[in-house]
Amino acid sequence: MMDIQALATELSTRFALPEGAVKVQRATRLWVEVDRAMFSEVFDYTVKSLGFTILCTITGLDLGADLGFIYHLARDGGVMINLKTRCPKAESIRTVTSYFPCADIYERELVDLFGARVEGLPTGARYPLPEDWPEGEHPLLKDWKPKTTEAPAPTSEAHAPTSEAAKGAVSE
Amino acid sequence: MSDMDRVVTVPIGPQHPALKEPESFMVDLRGEKIDAVRMRFGYNHRGIEKGCEQRSYTQDLYLVERVCGICSFAHSTAFIQAVEEIAGIELPKRATYIRTIIAELERIHSHLLWLGVAGHEIGFDTLLMYTWRDREQVMILLARLTGNRVNYGMNTVGGVRRDIAPEMIPEILKVVDSLEERTKYYIDMGTREQTLIQRLSGVGKLSREDALRLGTVGPTARASGVDRDTRRDDPYAAYSEVSFKVIIDDHCDVYGRTLVRLGELMETYSILRQLLKQIPEGPIAVKAPRRIPEGEAVSRYEAPRGEDVHYVRGNGSEKPERVKVRAPTLANTQSVSKMLEDGYLADLPIVIAAIDPCFSCTDRMVRLNEGSGGEGRTMGWEEVTRYGVQWHKARGLDLSKIKIPGGGGA
Repeated sequence: MMDIQALATELSTRFALPEGAVKVQRATRLWVEVDRAMFSEVFDYTVKSLGFTILCTITGLDLGADLGFIYHLARDGGVMINLKTRCPKAESIRTVTSYFPCADIYERELVDLFGARVEGLPTGARYPLPEDWPEGEHPLLKDWKPKTTEAPAPTSEAHAPTSEAAKGAVSE
Repeated sequence: MSDMDRVVTVPIGPQHPALKEPESFMVDLRGEKIDAVRMRFGYNHRGIEKGCEQRSYTQDLYLVERVCGICSFAHSTAFIQAVEEIAGIELPKRATYIRTIIAELERIHSHLLWLGVAGHEIGFDTLLMYTWRDREQVMILLARLTGNRVNYGMNTVGGVRRDIAPEMIPEILKVVDSLEERTKYYIDMGTREQTLIQRLSGVGKLSREDALRLGTVGPTARASGVDRDTRRDDPYAAYSEVSFKVIIDDHCDVYGRTLVRLGELMETYSILRQLLKQIPEGPIAVKAPRRIPEGEAVSRYEAPRGEDVHYVRGNGSEKPERVKVRAPTLANTQSVSKMLEDGYLADLPIVIAAIDPCFSCTDRMVRLNEGSGGEGRTMGWEEVTRYGVQWHKARGLDLSKIKIPGGGGA
């Protein structure tokens, strides 16, 4: 627990983070929420100076007017820092592919599923939606509804087992 | 310009015979050598994360279990651990042991499956036949313990749904002993059989630096000398109560990936013996609330293919606000194009297979339609096995007589 407390203190002092921005959840989980303006600086420090050189993934969140982003960063020894930031839907975040080439696929997910704008993301095949997916449809936005939600209720008798077949199964 | 200088682009996939899952590779070839590979994924995207937001936690547990057909328990556990952390649920000890036992049995079936696929991809189908026959032992055991070969439905919020009966413990140990013998045989073969060693050595090279830079996980990373394993680094379930070695290797190729998985099988047998010896008595679940409070958690889980990462955010209702899944294959895709570069086209299937991308193996319940009338009858797997043996016997092939060392009869 000492290690993670020290990390929490270091981050909140160095970047003068407001109270509640840094939370220790358990010995291997730290949550840090930072303003978009200082995100790059905190991210750079976490990766380069604190040695969080594993990017597990990036989670996108629909927070109403804003999109939320959580960068799940880890280092050897099991500690994970979940670095959170948010950004208005119409504005863009910076890519982290210069730190982590593997961020490419995670950022493309944010683009496809949330309509996030990621500045500096290299061109490449989209992921994970199909090429002919309609423009402007982003399935993980809260107001996005699939066109069909319910399978039609079985109406014909073909869907129900016949009574003989049901009996047969029991007797065996 | 000679033919060798001309770059030819060969599209492979999304549907093709080397992989059982849809993925697309555009391979730029110079002669037989691969210049560059562009990949396109997403053909299997089923909207499970969105689906989770529209269902209750309990329903999600079953949905998430179907993310993968092989490491189904891995996803189910990674998800439920996050939910339990948000709800502040402390699991009974026995439940954590049962989860760990199922997790390790799943690793056995996954690694043996991989070994067979790897054999098949290099034209060594005897290895496929041997390992998949051995794997049946663990599949049958999992079916006896959980009721199913995959998608076990063991987890519930607050514990597990089925206990392991005391009389099953010697049964598990019997399978562990038998498979350990078989694995020793494969290790012996893997370290002495020159055809296998030469076919796999130097194929699909991935340096340690590249493995780290590209975010590689699991046996793929460990075979490039990356000493990481979530079971040891960030222990969950009962892993902090057993001792085991993290197998790493510095071959940095497909051969190394084979040795790592074989070594991991040996560790798994030891983990299982420790768990079965130490498993405490007591309840297997605690009562959990239907509503999960507001909050968020990230759960990490060392699946057979590498780390699963699940993020869950609760909003105080019966349904989660957000569920995010990162499966290990996604983390390993970038390393694949690196491994293929400068390699031969003929090595492409085994290089891709060596990260162990997953494909589905389902329940063995069979419905037989006799004649064209459509009258059906349902068989369990024991009956299907007998039926299969009889069917072949009637055609002059007696499979029940075939014995392989330690493998038992059909």
